Amino acid sequence: MAENNRAVVRLREKFAASIIEVVEFRGEVTVTVKKSDIIPVLSFLKQSLQYNLLTDVTAVDYLGKKEDRFMMVYQLYSIPVKDRLRIKTAVSEADCRIPSATQVWQTANWLEREVYDLFGIIFENHPDLRRILMADDWEGHPLRKDYPLQGPGREPYKGRLS
Amino acid sequence: MATTEKMTLNMGPQHPSTHGVLRLVLELDGEVILKATPHIGYLHRGVEKLSEHRTYHQTLPLTDRLDYLAPMHNNLGYVLAVEKLLDIQIPERAQVIRTIMAEMTRLESHLVWIACHALDIGAMTVFIYAFRERETVMETYELISGARMTSNFFRIGGLSQDVPPEFEKKVRDFVSVMPGYLDQYEGLLTTNPIWLKRTVGNGVISAEDAIDYGITGPALRGSGVDWDLRRDNPYSGYEKYNFKVPVGEKCDTFDRYKVRLVEMREACKIINQALDSLKPGPVLSDYPQICYPPKENVYNSIEGLIHHFKIASEGFPAPEGEVYQGVENPKGELGFYIVSDGGNKPYRMRIRPPSFVNLQAIEKMSKGSMIADLVAVIGTLDIVLGEIDR
Repeated sequence: MAENNRAVVRLREKFAASIIEVVEFRGEVTVTVKKSDIIPVLSFLKQSLQYNLLTDVTAVDYLGKKEDRFMMVYQLYSIPVKDRLRIKTAVSEADCRIPSATQVWQTANWLEREVYDLFGIIFENHPDLRRILMADDWEGHPLRKDYPLQGPGREPYKGRLS
Repeated sequence: MATTEKMTLNMGPQHPSTHGVLRLVLELDGEVILKATPHIGYLHRGVEKLSEHRTYHQTLPLTDRLDYLAPMHNNLGYVLAVEKLLDIQIPERAQVIRTIMAEMTRLESHLVWIACHALDIGAMTVFIYAFRERETVMETYELISGARMTSNFFRIGGLSQDVPPEFEKKVRDFVSVMPGYLDQYEGLLTTNPIWLKRTVGNGVISAEDAIDYGITGPALRGSGVDWDLRRDNPYSGYEKYNFKVPVGEKCDTFDRYKVRLVEMREACKIINQALDSLKPGPVLSDYPQICYPPKENVYNSIEGLIHHFKIASEGFPAPEGEVYQGVENPKGELGFYIVSDGGNKPYRMRIRPPSFVNLQAIEKMSKGSMIADLVAVIGTLDIVLGEIDR
């Protein structure tokens, strides 16, 4: 059960006010926290609960589905304990910025650059926030749901004709 | 008095040892690297965006094209993630064949790595030998799937078809001669003074730094971290096999070389154990809404035809939720994170590419070394650009 998860128990003690939701699906625990507490939560998990490997940083665009458009997703792994934890936090389109996790893990550098490149979320205090996969002069952020699959300025895809 | 100034040098994207289209901008003081900045994205094909517009079955062939040196491992990560999302089981035989092919893929990927790594450093002989062995792996791919590289052999719920009768002998013959070939490579390299001079003490990264940079796979084990997903979070039946996880000590290119060579020997052992446990049986689960029916049912029964038509035209709906599945790819941890909104396509699919994350550490590993040593660092990280750029 998600409530018995070692990380959830400790987070409930320490960050009771900032936990929005705890979900377990297929044995994977996801904790949604408030954006203002994201860096303290991540540092606490790294320092006190041995979640020492930041496996992945990514985002999901819930355009028209949720009040806050973007959801940042951090996948953590603990090499000593060998378990996973997913931390999520919502980012609104109006205030499309979030503190950078590079101060906690070096690996967040490129992973956050990719999120900036493909979703347009700005990471505060990031040492080198540039596009990484798209060209420097590219316009728009391709993984946003309102970005056309065919690219800008082309006829939208209408499905297979045959 | 003579003065010196820093020089900026462009390396790539067409440098012969860049393993794809990687461009590095080097800041140099004489021949010493002060900073190496990778510029990537030349192979970006938008796989994550494409997968949001395709059904779960249609996304599978895209995954071959990520790490094209380990296609079956990419398929494996993807089908395991979808199977986790759907909460379905696969037949025993399909699981064993998947494991055999995953380890064959590891052999293939490591063979290409040792060939190119040695060639970059100047040992040409190994390249020719390793590509000879790789050819056998390619023939095995061709035997079971019809394709040499983009195999697309696994399916959600099992395999696309059973393997032909000659498969078992072909694989067994290969893994029985492979350790001998590995001895040959070791004879050419392990005590070779030039090889030692180029690899010992090159590209050092400590265990703490390696974890901080998110390095996974053989590159992390070379730095002395005893962690392997196959053993620690088993998937696809790896808990049934006995194998060692090699670990390095000196955190340098030579230790990573040793780790990968032992991994190849262990892969042969896993394949042998898996072949011993291979029993006849079905290779695709019987979930009519999800798995394609056998061709004879499609031609001879109306239900089969309807199921085939439904799956081919609109796929299947997946339950709402999100899953992450990590697998021990030859390069490191390959992860698939799928968010489903209950529809027949992934709402969002994120691929966690091991090469992308590992490449980030190149700046740290090459700082203060010579330009020529940078080539050894690129080789030892074992990157593949198809996966970095996706």
